[in-house]
Amino acid sequence: MFNSYISNTLKYDPKLCINCGMCSTVCPHGVFSPNGKVAQLVNPKACMECGACQLNCPTNAIKVDSGVGCASAMIWAAARGQKDVTCGCGSGCCDSKLQVLQIGKKE
Amino acid sequence: MKNLSETSSDITLANQWDHLLARLGVKRNEHLVEPGLYTLGKTTQDSPVFVSANYTLSFDALRFALAGINAYILVLDTKGINVWCAAGKRTFGTDELVHRIEEVKLQDRVNHRLLIVPQLGATGVSAREVRARSGFKVEFGPVRAVDLPEYLKNHKATEEMRRVNFTLLDRIVLIPVELNQYLFILIALIILSLLGGFIVAVAAITAILSGLVLFPIFLPWIPTEDFSTKGFVIGGLMALPFALNAFYSMTDETLWLRCGWTLTYMLIMPAITAFLSLNFTGSTTFTSVTGVKREIFSYVPKMAWLFGIGIILIIILSSMRLLGGI
Repeated sequence: MFNSYISNTLKYDPKLCINCGMCSTVCPHGVFSPNGKVAQLVNPKACMECGACQLNCPTNAIKVDSGVGCASAMIWAAARGQKDVTCGCGSGCCDSKLQVLQIGKKE
Repeated sequence: MKNLSETSSDITLANQWDHLLARLGVKRNEHLVEPGLYTLGKTTQDSPVFVSANYTLSFDALRFALAGINAYILVLDTKGINVWCAAGKRTFGTDELVHRIEEVKLQDRVNHRLLIVPQLGATGVSAREVRARSGFKVEFGPVRAVDLPEYLKNHKATEEMRRVNFTLLDRIVLIPVELNQYLFILIALIILSLLGGFIVAVAAITAILSGLVLFPIFLPWIPTEDFSTKGFVIGGLMALPFALNAFYSMTDETLWLRCGWTLTYMLIMPAITAFLSLNFTGSTTFTSVTGVKREIFSYVPKMAWLFGIGIILIIILSSMRLLGGI
């Protein structure tokens, strides 16, 4: 109840993995590790459901309901009665995210 | 041939002005670069090809990072949105990339068949599909353009180059955009609150700035997990002085009236701060849809109740003051 981020929709079937390494390459949060005979799901809680791994997995070993984790987009969509949530851009998030990428690396 | 333009690694004063406006959230949809193929330096048929978005901050970060390197930059039409966000909605995606390759006749301009795409573009770009449809192999480079020179030495990214962070500086630069986004509400609330007097107006501003300024700064250090609870913590702390002031300054009021006014601060201010804090999720680099949805369902109703009860309390207390002449 007090940690909404403890689980997510990421599902990984190591039996299908051919160890191409793509998931560890594209993941921005180190959810997968390439060290092993197949990809290792080392930090599933860090998954932000961006969907990059699923899109680039050649054997469909990874499934995730991807989307943008933006409360204001979801609340606005709900308020307007829209089913699809797309971040408005419009909203500040998009400018924000890019800025994040440009600035320093370490705290 | 058409669709070929020249660019350089120079960041001019005009570029910097444009960046400043972008960072302030001004003219949000006008920071555009013409999509197409650009040459940087003296390109040959063997020069590497980098893919970017048609948002000035994205494009400029790339060409600046590539200073001294002869390269092609293929700019996709992402409607002026940065790589990651555009990838999330597939404008920076497989279809647009394949289309742009054909549009600029990339196969005729270079001998090799390799594209270096920013790692965060992987949310919209399927490397396999691009290769199947265009013949070009997609290589996902580092997250940040600034790491490209290091990356190009052996085309290997370190783990650090593959991670997205959210440092204090990252969070601080977001504050102007956050403020800009809520400017209208901020002003409206200040005017409204002034009806209730100077302190009420200061309380309203404090609640909002706690969510828009203090929350981003202190985000990782507030000892709860959810954004909403973090917001309640900060909002509660900031409401405390107002609540105590209300209790101790109204010495000529009845005790329960003082308690009533104290309570209104503790109800309304944390609710506002928590709501704004939850809205910051979209600006972060790590919140999942699942988590944010859970937060909305568990906390937004509570925020609404606290806020609503607080407002009703204000109305009751104010009308009692007017009617009773207390």
